[in-house]
Parts: sequence; structure tokens; C-alpha cells
Amino acid sequence: MQPHEVEQAAIRRGTMRRWLLSAPALVIIFLASFGPLFVMLAFSVLEKGDYGGVKPWTFSFDGWANVFFQHDIFTGELGFADAHLSIFWRSVRLSIITTALTLVLGFPTAYFIATRPRKTREIWVFLVTIPFWTNLLIRTFAMQEVIRNEGVINTVAMRLGMISEPIQIMYTDWAVLFGMTYVYLPLMVLPLYASMEKLDFRLVEAAYDLYANRFKVLRRIILPLTKPGIIAGSILVFIPSLGAYVTPRVLGGGKNMMLGNLIGLQFGKGNNWPLGAAISITLMVVVMVALLVYVRATARAGGDDRGR
Amino acid sequence: MAFPDRFDGLPAAPRCEGVYKVTGDTRGNNVAIDVLGVTKVFGAADSGFRALDKVSASIRQNEFFTLLGPSGCGKTTLLRLIAGFEFPTEGRILLDGEDIAALPPFRRPVNTVFQSYALFPHLTVAKNISFGLEMLGWPATKIASTVERMLALVKMEPMADRLTDQISGGQQQRVALARALAPNPRVLLLDEPLSALDFKLRKEMQIELKRLQGETGITFVFVTHDQEEALTMSDRIAVMSAGRILQVGSPREIYDRPTERFVADFIGETNFLEGEAKVAGDRLLEVRLDAGATVKATAPDAALHAGRTTVAVRPEHADLVPGDGPADLTGVLKNIVYFGTDTHFHMTLDNGVPFIVRQQNTPGEGSGFSIGEQVGVRLHADAAQALKD
Ligand SMILES: Nc1ncnc2c1ncn2[C@@H]1O[C@H](COP(=O)(O)OP(=O)(O)OP(=O)(O)O)[C@@H](O)[C@H]1O
Ligand SMILES: [Mg+2]
Repeated sequence: MQPHEVEQAAIRRGTMRRWLLSAPALVIIFLASFGPLFVMLAFSVLEKGDYGGVKPWTFSFDGWANVFFQHDIFTGELGFADAHLSIFWRSVRLSIITTALTLVLGFPTAYFIATRPRKTREIWVFLVTIPFWTNLLIRTFAMQEVIRNEGVINTVAMRLGMISEPIQIMYTDWAVLFGMTYVYLPLMVLPLYASMEKLDFRLVEAAYDLYANRFKVLRRIILPLTKPGIIAGSILVFIPSLGAYVTPRVLGGGKNMMLGNLIGLQFGKGNNWPLGAAISITLMVVVMVALLVYVRATARAGGDDRGR
Repeated sequence: MAFPDRFDGLPAAPRCEGVYKVTGDTRGNNVAIDVLGVTKVFGAADSGFRALDKVSASIRQNEFFTLLGPSGCGKTTLLRLIAGFEFPTEGRILLDGEDIAALPPFRRPVNTVFQSYALFPHLTVAKNISFGLEMLGWPATKIASTVERMLALVKMEPMADRLTDQISGGQQQRVALARALAPNPRVLLLDEPLSALDFKLRKEMQIELKRLQGETGITFVFVTHDQEEALTMSDRIAVMSAGRILQVGSPREIYDRPTERFVADFIGETNFLEGEAKVAGDRLLEVRLDAGATVKATAPDAALHAGRTTVAVRPEHADLVPGDGPADLTGVLKNIVYFGTDTHFHMTLDNGVPFIVRQQNTPGEGSGFSIGEQVGVRLHADAAQALKD
């Protein structure tokens, strides 16, 4: 054998061994992430069963068609599935507002924590994570206790004479927004804090020294340098918001559905599994496209900062 | 207008409208910064840590003023007070005769070169330099030309578009300098800017800094704990210790005429001799040394030293002579250390006190003295300086 052939053989053996060693991980990744996806994909192109489930080996694109179009109940005409589109639109809108709200609330919170002495910082972070100890459903019911007509806010406000009638918050978009902001706030605070903790506050002083007032320091120094945290936090809040199920269900009631509830409905009372699967996949594609666009946009903005 | 523009009518530094009491400045009107009895206590006012204790100093315009002192003596704290990052617990700081207590850092026409450089990592070299100018709202063309000029000044033109983590430590230091100089501040504060550099680069930057100061005419307040750096670069030096300024003077004054034991000890090598002092004039003492001789010693205020006192004698302000001739002090030669340019003779005086004589080396054979020999010391006229303890 020529020397380079020996070398190539060794490289081949090494490659082989690497694949074998990573095989267990690869199997798990394929089974755990692509497996369910594949099942969903399969269900979405099968015909729906009469009492839930699907009819095996009976292909049909009704599920996909029903995501966007529906037959009018009375005339039988084919039209856009307005209900789905409005639920979709509401989900996107509420998720964007939730992300914005958690950012507005989370940013000062993270800044506050990051500027505490090292010892006390850990305590604050710990406090932020405490809600995770409680089941989401219970936290949501607690929120309901706060905002319902006989709840804390209304009772206190009425006692103080600020209002004479309870304000209807429950079963409105506001309730869903309150709930989601509350539930997802830690997911925004933690990545923000992680990037702010790495921020060198001497840079803030340097900017002050160079005639930047507080607002300009925030805009020109702190925001650009904590951008990774802002992006991570926004993604962590936006994606679960879009698919939120429990919060809109409990606080929004039946008429303020979000995508998660719509999907849940198809697998439950709706008895339309193919439609549920198709909506799920649509949601996933939308999230992925949104993410791509977002990351591209922020990467480009970052590039601009570096130019002259 | 409080601070005159120096860039053809463009704001060189933030405007400081408002009430200014023009203080009666008796030291003449060329004082840039007046530090008046400034005390800084970290923590509770009564029990906290006293980082600065009634510090006063007048820093003149276009002066290279150095704060010299050991680690933790309060140098950085004093700079931070002048820059506006901290506020004095007591006392006042005047800039061009005006109290700047009420001004936040971004309204003070003072820039800082930070010990850590603190360059903005998300901005290019050029953008770092233009940052202050943009914040001041200069027009784009003026910013561009100033950045060009600054890049040329610190010889960083080829790297204008690099990010700050893509340049070397010495280059970062130059960018930090250019960034702080660009807005043409009244005063530039430099906090040990050379301490991170290797010896050669450090020497280069020392010369560079002096050149920049001459060219820009800006007042430099420079912090270091390197006595040699302080001596070679400064117009005046303030020696600090434990939150106090012990002595302010030209490098020569500080070296030749230290007034306190700490100053004499901190800068260069010194012999300390104890003795009994009698006032012999306004600034003159006659000291009968415990080691034998009676010498004339100078002091800023002779009366202060009457009685027991300590005098300092620099090793090079004395000559070693053979033990049998006439001498001021006598003792035994304990050690000879050859340093190339000079030789140090370590001896023990007759009363047991150590004494060092430094002698310039001349071509030819050795000094002619040998260890264990009985030797004498002749002090130069004016060699002795009385010290406060
Ligand atoms: N924020 C603070 N809180 C409490 N103590 C402080 C604070 N800043 C400084 N000190 C103390 O004040 C003293 C002076 O600090 P400073 O940073 O001015 O020293 P320095 O002369 O610059 O020393 P170095 O040469 O090491 O930089 C130190 O003992 C320091 O521990
Ligand atoms: Mg310091």
C-alpha cells in the first residue's frame, strides 16, 4: 500500500467508528423528533375516522383543504375558512404582543438583577424561577382568581371606590394577554439576564464619559450588546405563546380560542384528526419561517452596526 | 459660555449653562482642575472606608500631572470623582473655576482612558473613535475628518475597520487614547493606561503620550504606580498614600527634596539618618546625626523639625572615601554590588545603621575598596533633607 492509502484507510476506520459511537444518539434524535413528526404528517393525509382517529390506508387531502377552506354549512359553497384564519391571526397577534410585553417588563427586571451585587443576584434569579415549581394549570387558575369579576383586582378597586361595577377582564383577549405575559415572563428574563450578566458595565461608564446620556447608552451600548439575550428570550416566549393551550383555554374561555385550542379541539370534540395534524404542521412551518426571517434580519442589523 | 470651543465653533464638550459661582482663584487663572478638600467615604459616612481624606490639588492647564502611589491609595477614586462617576462625600472639585458637582459624566468636558480600555466590542475602531463626537451631535463631515486625524495621530489608519478584538493590546490602548482625545476635552484622565503593555511598547507609548500632550495642549491627569514612569513623563507629580496626597512637586523636587519619609522611600533609594535638629534658618536645619557628623539639612518649614528628626540622603549624593582620611560618617563596607553604570556600596555605620553609597563607574580597574574594609562617607553639600514621618 502507498502511504497515502494507509492514511485514507485510517481515516475511513476513524469515520466508521465515529458513526458507530454516535449511533445511539442519532437513533434517539430520529425516533424522538422525526418519529412524531412523521406520524403527524401521515395522519394529515389520511381520511378522518368517524369517531376520531384516522382510517388507515385511505388517503385524503381533506385535512389540508380544511385548514384554509370550508364548505358553507347552508349553501355548500367552498369559501375561505374564516374562523381558522381569524384564530390564526389572533394567535399571532397575541403572541407578538405577549413577546413585546415580556420584553418591556423583563428588560428592566434583568437589568436590575444584573446590577445587584453577585451574592444577591443569585437570590433574585432564584425568585424568578419559583413560579416554575407550580403546575401551569394552577398558576393559570391563580391568575383567574386575580382578574375575575369577584377577584382581587376588582374587589380592591371597588372597595377603594375607583370603579362601581367590576371590570370584565375574564374571557377577553386581555385576560389571555395578562396570563401569557405572566406565564412566559421568566422565559424572557432568564436569557436576558444571562446576556446582561456578561455585559461589561465599564463599557456603560465609558459611554457616559463620551457624552452619551442614559437613553443613548441604552440604545447604543446596552441593547446591541444584549441582543443575543433579546433574540433568545423573544424566541422562547413567541413560540410557546403561538401554541399556548392552557392559558387561553382557562382565561379566554370558549370564544377566545388560540391555535393550540383549535388543534386540541380537532383531536377532541371535533373528531377531525387529519385537520388537527394539518394545522399543527402549518403552525410549525409558520414558526420556522418566522424564525428564519427574524434571525436573518437581526443578523443583518448586527452586521450594519459593525460597518462604518 | 463656560467652556470655549476649540473646533471652529463646534461643541468641543457639552455646554454647561447654569449658575456658576466664579470662585476667587488666587493661584492665577491657569488652573484647569481644583480639588478642594475632597473626602470620599465608601459605605456609611461615619463607619465606611475612607478612600480619600481631605485631598487638595491644583492641576494647571496643559500640564502633565501624575498621581503616583501604591495600590489602593485612592488614585482611581480621585480620577472617578473628577470624571463624575463618583461624588465627593465632602469637598469640591472645580473645572476652570466652576463647581462641576452637579454635572453628570456626559456633561463634563473630561474624557477618560480606562485602565481596561473599555472599547466598545460591537463597534469598529473608527466607530469607537467617532462615538463621542456622534453623541455631541457634530456634523458628519466634521466627524469624518476628526476621526481621520485621530487615526493618523495614533497611527491606526490601516485598522480603522477592524473590530476592537481583532487588534493587539498596544493598538487597543492607542484606540482608547484616540477615542478619548477626539472630542478635544479640557482634561484627559489616564488610569494606568500603560500597565498592560510590555516593556518596549510601554517606552514607545510613553514618548507617544508626551508628544500627543504637546500637540493637543490638553491637560493630562495620569495615574501610575511606576515611579520611573512618573519621573520621566510628568510636569508635576502628586505622591499619594492611604487616601492622602503627601507631596506635590516637579519630578526633581519630589526626588531631591522629599518632605515625608514615605515619599523618600517610595521613590528611588534613600538612606535614613536620625539626629538632633536645631533651626539654622528659614528652611535650614543643623542636624547632629547619631552617626557622628553634624550636617546642614533643608526642610520646607525648619521649625517643624526642631528636636529629634530624620534626614534623607540619596545614595548618589555621597562619596565613598578611604577610612583614614577626613569623612562625615565612618563605617564598615559590607557589600559591593556592580550595576554596570554604577556600583552600590552597602555599609554599616559605626552606630549600626545601614548606609548605601552609589558611585558612577569609570573605565579602568575596580573601585579600589574591598569588603570588610573600614571606609568613610563624605556627604555632598545640600545632600540632607529633613523628613516628616
Ligand atoms: N466602590 C467601592 N466600595 C468600597 N471601597 C472601594 C470602592 N472603590 C474603591 N474602594 C477602596 O478604596 C481604596 C482606593 O481604591 P482605588 O481604586 O482608588 O485605588 P488605586 O490607588 O487606584 O489602586 P490601584 O493602583 O490598585 O488601581 C481601595 O482600598 C479600595 O478597596
Ligand atoms: Mg486604580
